[in-house]
Amino acid sequence: MNKGNLAGQIFEDPRYHEACRSCMNCGVCTAICPAAGYYDYDPRVIMNLIRDSDEETLTALLQSDLIWYCGQCMSCKPRCPRSNVPGAMIQILRSVSIKNGLFSKSSLGRQQLAIKRAIGHNILETGYCIHPTRVDPEMHPEQGPVWAWMSNNSDQVYGRFDAGYDQAGPGLLRKISKNSLDELDRIFEVTGCKELWDQIENSHLSL
Amino acid sequence: MSKYWKEYQKEIADDNYFYVRSCIRQNFFPGAENLFIDILRNKLGKTVFEDADHTTCTGIGYHTDIVPLETTMTVVSRQFALMMEKGYENLVVSCVTSFGLYSEILDMWKHNPELKKKIAGYLAEATGRKFMEPKNMVHASDILYKYRNDIAAIAKHKLVNRHTGEPLKIVDHIGCHYAKTFPERGVGGAEFPQVLTGLITAWGGQTVDYPERRHCCGFGFRNYLVQENRGYSIAQSKIKLESMKPYEPDLMVANCPGCAMFLDRWQYTLEETEGSIYGARGRKIPVVTHEELAGMVLGYDPWEIGLQTHQVEVEDLLDKIGIDYNPELKYADRKGNLIGEPEMIQHHLC
Repeated sequence: MNKGNLAGQIFEDPRYHEACRSCMNCGVCTAICPAAGYYDYDPRVIMNLIRDSDEETLTALLQSDLIWYCGQCMSCKPRCPRSNVPGAMIQILRSVSIKNGLFSKSSLGRQQLAIKRAIGHNILETGYCIHPTRVDPEMHPEQGPVWAWMSNNSDQVYGRFDAGYDQAGPGLLRKISKNSLDELDRIFEVTGCKELWDQIENSHLSL
Repeated sequence: MSKYWKEYQKEIADDNYFYVRSCIRQNFFPGAENLFIDILRNKLGKTVFEDADHTTCTGIGYHTDIVPLETTMTVVSRQFALMMEKGYENLVVSCVTSFGLYSEILDMWKHNPELKKKIAGYLAEATGRKFMEPKNMVHASDILYKYRNDIAAIAKHKLVNRHTGEPLKIVDHIGCHYAKTFPERGVGGAEFPQVLTGLITAWGGQTVDYPERRHCCGFGFRNYLVQENRGYSIAQSKIKLESMKPYEPDLMVANCPGCAMFLDRWQYTLEETEGSIYGARGRKIPVVTHEELAGMVLGYDPWEIGLQTHQVEVEDLLDKIGIDYNPELKYADRKGNLIGEPEMIQHHLC
């Protein structure tokens, strides 16, 4: 893992060119940002800190809660008068934070472990990000009684709309073939996702 | 294509579509995608191919930062390869998160050929498949927009209140990743989105303009998926619901499956936690997807297209439009046997 030189890692990300063209610090991103209205969060400040490129400042930023508030709606993009994308900058910062193990210093950053074990494992085990059998009504009371009915009677409910539910072949929530799951698994291996997941698991263990 | 406002229009292929399904839409609106395919094949006479081997695009994993950019790109390149292997080049995407992600990836490959070459190498190494790109890529709601007048010509119902003769007041909610990320890829761009307004007006309804019309539904990815963060998510939907309440909308329509789900579910939660109700006459506001809206005007059976899988009940809306339904089959299985009803369904009347 390439540690140190955080500014270099940020600038080398392929998304950087789109994320930060020439911020003039106007603050429109903060004005439109749903996260700024809910948390003590200000994407304008983040864009400012990045341009300072100071390693000490960047280290503090990447191990703070600040980079984990953004909801990734990207409402900032169309409104920025310089076509910057603070939401994409956040993606870069989170990526560099995880690669360098800094995310585990933040209580919000440490939530990556739970997300990895839920969404990540869903992807490689089912071929879907989410699946009716894995959205437990007891853990999701906000989903309401209709969802509980759907989840508890999934074969009958989903089967009404497609007889091929959870079966091989095309259709609604088809069972993804072993060959396709194997291809996904190899993609995750060769592109470095599994190495990233090891980093998330190991950072948790070292706390 | 109109000769005016060309920068707000987009090329939408006429036929021969390769359809990729949505994780969220399949889970929460299980009748919607088969309905869309049926409309295209049997009402509009189009060819739609669906490949059993396509998988999630990993979009939720990408936007929760547990799946790196290059992994997501390689998974998406596999979807494109499957399409080209089957002889198709026009991609139709069900999910708005996926659509935004595909748009981002195609744009990055255009501007970064070295990255594109790297992904082609990953694809070959992991799957043995050949790297290719689609000729045309649209969201499923774009197709309905393109053929909205053809649908209107064969529609059984109009989006009109049959009791008053007035057009239904309809909130259009465009998923953020439909056009905010790449405005040129959305009909009407990010500031003047027409993709759902076009459907509503072509089918007899009236759109509702309200202050927070373009505010995010509040999914927020990690802000919903992690249980302790969900206050963010419900707070954003509440902003929208409070803003639209004075206009007394008859329904909402969303082209993003996540948005449709949250605007539906958070109404239930806000009522349970605060006693707040945002529709007229003490009733909640039904939320439908673009496919379901088309299915309603085309006269499909509401329970066969999945309107019973919404938390907010739709019977009032069906009655306003004049759509027949059999209450006894609402919670039935494929053979008509009653599955059992959801518990705690509440009816709020004046």
